[in-house]
Amino acid sequence: MSAKTDSPCAGCKHYNNEGLKKLGVDVSEFDYVIALAGNPNTGKSTVFNALTGLRQHTGNWPGKTVSRAEGGFSFNDKKYKMIDLPGTYSLLSTSEDEEIARDFILFGKPDVTVIVVDAGRLERNLNLVLQILEITDRAVLCLNLIDEAERQNISIDDRSLSRELGIPVVPTIARSNRGIKELLQTIDEVATGRLKIKPHRIHHLPAGLKKAVTQLSMKLDKQFPNLPNSRWIALRLMEGDQRVIDALKSGKLA
Amino acid sequence: MQHKKTNTDDIISMANQLRWSIGDDYHDKLTEGIYTDAAAIAKKTVKTEGAKGAFNPDATIDKILTSRTWGFPIMLLMLAVVLWLTIEGANVPSAMLFDLLLGQVYPLLKGLAASIGLTWWIDGLLIDGVYLAVAWVIAVMLPPMAIFFPLFTLLEDFGYLPRVAFNLDKLFKKSGASGKQALTMSMGFGCNAAGVVATRIIDSPRERLIAIITNNFSLCNGRWPTQILIAAIFIGAVAPARFAGLVSMAAVIGIAVLGMFFMFIVSWFLSRTVLKGEVSTFTLELPPYRIPRFWKTVYTSLIDRTLIVLWRAIVFAAPAGAIIWLVSNIYIGNSSIASWAINSMDGFGWWFGLNGVILLAYILAIPANEIVIPTILMLTVATIGQTTLGAGSGVMFELDSASATGELLKAGGWTLLTAINLMLFSLLHNPCSTTIYTIYKETGSKKWTTVASVLPVILGFIVTFLVAQLWRIFVG
Repeated sequence: MSAKTDSPCAGCKHYNNEGLKKLGVDVSEFDYVIALAGNPNTGKSTVFNALTGLRQHTGNWPGKTVSRAEGGFSFNDKKYKMIDLPGTYSLLSTSEDEEIARDFILFGKPDVTVIVVDAGRLERNLNLVLQILEITDRAVLCLNLIDEAERQNISIDDRSLSRELGIPVVPTIARSNRGIKELLQTIDEVATGRLKIKPHRIHHLPAGLKKAVTQLSMKLDKQFPNLPNSRWIALRLMEGDQRVIDALKSGKLA
Repeated sequence: MQHKKTNTDDIISMANQLRWSIGDDYHDKLTEGIYTDAAAIAKKTVKTEGAKGAFNPDATIDKILTSRTWGFPIMLLMLAVVLWLTIEGANVPSAMLFDLLLGQVYPLLKGLAASIGLTWWIDGLLIDGVYLAVAWVIAVMLPPMAIFFPLFTLLEDFGYLPRVAFNLDKLFKKSGASGKQALTMSMGFGCNAAGVVATRIIDSPRERLIAIITNNFSLCNGRWPTQILIAAIFIGAVAPARFAGLVSMAAVIGIAVLGMFFMFIVSWFLSRTVLKGEVSTFTLELPPYRIPRFWKTVYTSLIDRTLIVLWRAIVFAAPAGAIIWLVSNIYIGNSSIASWAINSMDGFGWWFGLNGVILLAYILAIPANEIVIPTILMLTVATIGQTTLGAGSGVMFELDSASATGELLKAGGWTLLTAINLMLFSLLHNPCSTTIYTIYKETGSKKWTTVASVLPVILGFIVTFLVAQLWRIFVG
């Protein structure tokens, strides 16, 4: 079943007035690759649908997306391919869904990783955010479900959150398309490199661990000067992560 | 190059040394570090206002839906309401579709074929075989699916599935499986192939295999219509007319619950024999309740689930229709291949309270469970040579109501026992070819694929055999 991308509305000037063109599953030629990551049940698939115009099934339970789904959209004359990764709480274990998510961010090297978080459960969601920021330095935080958070009397200072994390933060209500335009704009700025970012790196590590990580990552940096995530690789090597070890040996990482 | 390789090895051995120096709790220390950072950031950016302990609707609903006393009854009640709406609601549109596709379009096509002088066997193969099989599948399956799937999706979007998982967690743990299996089981109620793919959320390979092998015990949507139709014809008929709907619904729920029972038993058995191991713990987040966006949910579930599943059924039904027509119309000696096969399997089927028609139908319907009932009806006509109801041997014919279907099956020698055992066998038999292929893709193992395919059939034969023997002793 292939999605039709030619809508009769396409000729109308109101159709494309935000510069967004939903391309459905047509991802044949693209300029940038966007990964969509986040905890389960934060509305990732809803964000995915809002951007691509696809109707990837959404459901209110954690772990619904178990494989990655792809879609495309174009914005300001640039074509984007978007990959909806399985929702995970972390990237440290070896279940298949976490491996799919991690491998894509690590080896797929997306131009931008959009991390969707539930504004009402920010602290718990940050666990994954911080891990992703160790791997990639091109990320956007999509602060979703702010309506639900408001109902629970939770308010989030998105500016200082952006400062703390070192990446742009966009508040959204994906279910009703609120904030999607701003999200697109931000993705575009990060993808094209107009917006430079300097993501947060975990600094509250216990002293012994911190020292070991620094030692190992310095050695990695010397050997592979282009590695964007030597600290994280160091952490994985110490964990004995076979896939990362193999990737390092085969030169797949640098 | 050699130089670089040595350096990489150096790095790796250095990593190992460092790891030893940190100690056993490396992973915990790292996790702790991440959490400390997260907490510090959250403290600076999140503000919670208002009195704590104010009325929290989510917690109140959870207290009821996951309560020890009410959790299970509510679950069964929800299932009952969904099934009842499906059974009651599907009757009218089903009859309309029958009238349209078989009462009006079919004679039209026949007339058209005659007027252009189509060769008899092409006419038979295409119209009496392919067209009728497809029309049957649409008329039988579309209405119940168009009701069942949106209802199920509404419950899902509301946030009920994780509560089901929460309720069932203890039972799964006791049977040595993962609590997350409750979620994959629920997916299986929609489609077993989807349920098997969903097992990727289970970390432990052992528990994942258990979940894959036992997913087939979730009654999938291809089998719901069979259950519903047979229950309505035979089991509902035993009760007074006023309660017929309720009784047949209870029978279908009974079968679904029996499936869950088998899931627990088989999981328990596997985790104590070939798949021994520790039960892993997991945290299950109970998501907030969300009021589903009604029309959007109905629309997407019709597109995503109903039409895709229906399309699949049609794709399998079309060639099956041709094959059915062929086996009913190619003669070896005096009898067609179909009646020869049915007669030779009748004796074997008797032991299990089934008959040759049912067994042949299940062989022909391996590609898709959805076409079992149409195949059974068509083969029944073919063997009893009933011409008053149908249009002749090997032709799928017009039946405008469930009662007419019942008359035909009774004429074919069906009893209440046949109906009950067909329902049991429909629950306990091999997964459809799509699911088998999915299992192979997910496990990558021929051995486990074979186990998952053969185990349910063996169970099915054991259960139907026992029921048939006991029935004949006690009921006669």
